[in-house]
Amino acid sequence: MPMISADTTVDPSEVAKFEAMAAEWWDPAGKFKPLHMMNPVRLDYITSQIAAEFGRDLTGPRPFEGLRLLDIGCGGGLLSEPMARLGAEVVGADAAERNIPVAQIHAEQSGLEIDYRHTTAEALAEAGEQFDVVLNMEVVEHVSDPLAYLTACQQLLKPGGMMIASTINRNPKSFMVAIVGAERVMRWLPVGTHDWSKFITPAELEDLITRAGLRPVDAKGFVFNPVSWQWSISTRDLSVNYVTASLKPA
Amino acid sequence: MSCDTDILIVGGGLNGPALALALADTGFDVIVIDAQPPGARGEEGFDGRAYALTLASQRLLTAIGVWDSVKDHAQPLSEVRVSDGKPGTGAGPFVVEFERGGIDEGPAGYILEDRFLSRALTDAIKAHPKVTLIGGETVVAQAVGPADVTISLASGRELSGRMVVGCDGRRSGTAARAGIRRTGHDYGQSGLVCALEHEKPHGGIAHQLFLPPGPLAILPLPGDMCSIVWTETTAEAARVHALDDAAYMEHLRPRFGDFLGEIKLAGKRFTYPLNLTLAEAYVSDRLALVGDAAHGVHPIAGQGLNAGLKDVGALAEVLTLARRRGEDFGRIDVLERYQRWRRFDVATMVAATETANTVFSNDNPLVRVGRGVGLGVINALPGLKRFLMREAAGLTGDLPRLMQGRQI
Repeated sequence: MPMISADTTVDPSEVAKFEAMAAEWWDPAGKFKPLHMMNPVRLDYITSQIAAEFGRDLTGPRPFEGLRLLDIGCGGGLLSEPMARLGAEVVGADAAERNIPVAQIHAEQSGLEIDYRHTTAEALAEAGEQFDVVLNMEVVEHVSDPLAYLTACQQLLKPGGMMIASTINRNPKSFMVAIVGAERVMRWLPVGTHDWSKFITPAELEDLITRAGLRPVDAKGFVFNPVSWQWSISTRDLSVNYVTASLKPA
Repeated sequence: MSCDTDILIVGGGLNGPALALALADTGFDVIVIDAQPPGARGEEGFDGRAYALTLASQRLLTAIGVWDSVKDHAQPLSEVRVSDGKPGTGAGPFVVEFERGGIDEGPAGYILEDRFLSRALTDAIKAHPKVTLIGGETVVAQAVGPADVTISLASGRELSGRMVVGCDGRRSGTAARAGIRRTGHDYGQSGLVCALEHEKPHGGIAHQLFLPPGPLAILPLPGDMCSIVWTETTAEAARVHALDDAAYMEHLRPRFGDFLGEIKLAGKRFTYPLNLTLAEAYVSDRLALVGDAAHGVHPIAGQGLNAGLKDVGALAEVLTLARRRGEDFGRIDVLERYQRWRRFDVATMVAATETANTVFSNDNPLVRVGRGVGLGVINALPGLKRFLMREAAGLTGDLPRLMQGRQI
């Protein structure tokens, strides 16, 4: 297994927090329930953006055949597995070592071939790895130097490649929802999962992505409806969870 | 790890083949296991069973490609008349008339005999390249693994899939083997079913006559024929069923009235007990229940098959969208979306059916006055009547795409 390179931007205290949760990844009613609940809308966004950019038909079999995809912060493989099932050649990278065997065991059970690696975006970029798609979902709010991290993501993309990045907005509402609501009231996430001061506004993220050398092309909100108990994609409401797509100039 | 198929469907009646077609059309490989031997479905000859299909159900059958082969046998409903009758006196003064003009979408529904629908569905799955039909086999065991489910057939054959769907009726073995318990009760009523020939044309009008022992439904068939479902207490139904044909008709005539002129029996007579049986869950890991296996209801509102086809539309949509996202579609969190979608709807339907049955199967004079006034009020308020008409046509609520006439 590759070692984490010395100049990693992963904050060691963040890695430890996720390592403690790793074994629970695949239980839809377990600790990662909020992620499982959110996964359909995350996948809806990811699949529709990739399909539109690379001209793929999602109603056909294995529509992502021939695309090389990197899932950064793959965790137990909640996004890597669907991407592999759709035909993509997937590399799943996670800075938490314990996530890798968990993800590998599950992929094997699911009959999927996924290249899971204990590594970072920076190390992969340094090794000269290239991808058509980089998934960067709920990672940027956990890194210590977002610009250096996003620059590594840019370097990992082939010209014309697409990065999809999601994170959490920083405002009073996101504090109430993500910190007070999700961690303390609902106990969806362990207390301390998120550090609100690291949350990034859509304008800040757009600026960072542009400075990293990518062209932002889309931004949408992920909105939870407590009545229907479901997530949906919103074109207007980016007040808490949101997602963006950006392209590397060809 | 590879499976024999994507989805195993247990039950070759109506919902099973309909679900197989809906799923195969979006790219799933499907195996249907039917306890009936090959060729047994859709025999010639009327067997008494006919369905009142809502417009939404007709749209689903169109979307899965079977409507064209049954449409010539389907009787469009021009009107549904709901009336409060008393034996011997015919319809009461307050009658709800649902005319064709009540909604914009054309007829409120269609009456279709089981033999035509069953035959068309069986022929369609046999012809579909992505569906395999295994007839004359029963399931004796099922085992759920981390990413698949294996079922064992009585012949010793084993089949594996990503998930199994139980379309195996009120006594669903699929549900029982998964440890899903059932609740419900016996209504103490039985349905008497037969076909009648009559002198005068029915004009495509269906009648729901509320008589004290229970409702009498008169469903028009093509030509001067109709199918009736006559509900009596179980003891009375057994007695009436045991009568010879002449005595049976003597018993029916005063209930039926003479509005269609002379009536006579056309074919065999059937009777079956009416009960409510609800599965406590519609899904478990890698398993879903559809139709009567999930919710066997009273036929008072003719909603059994329509509710089953709504399950078909909802489950096919949930599974197809999950697969297009790359999700493992047999996982419990995917299947729970189907359960959330259907369970509330079914609970509402069951409550309405129970209320209707209690209110209408009653000879208490006060209740009779109340329901007479209620029916009068429904007629006087076009908006309410329009809503009820649309409700009866199955056009309200959160409709699956296949029931809106769209593909998934």
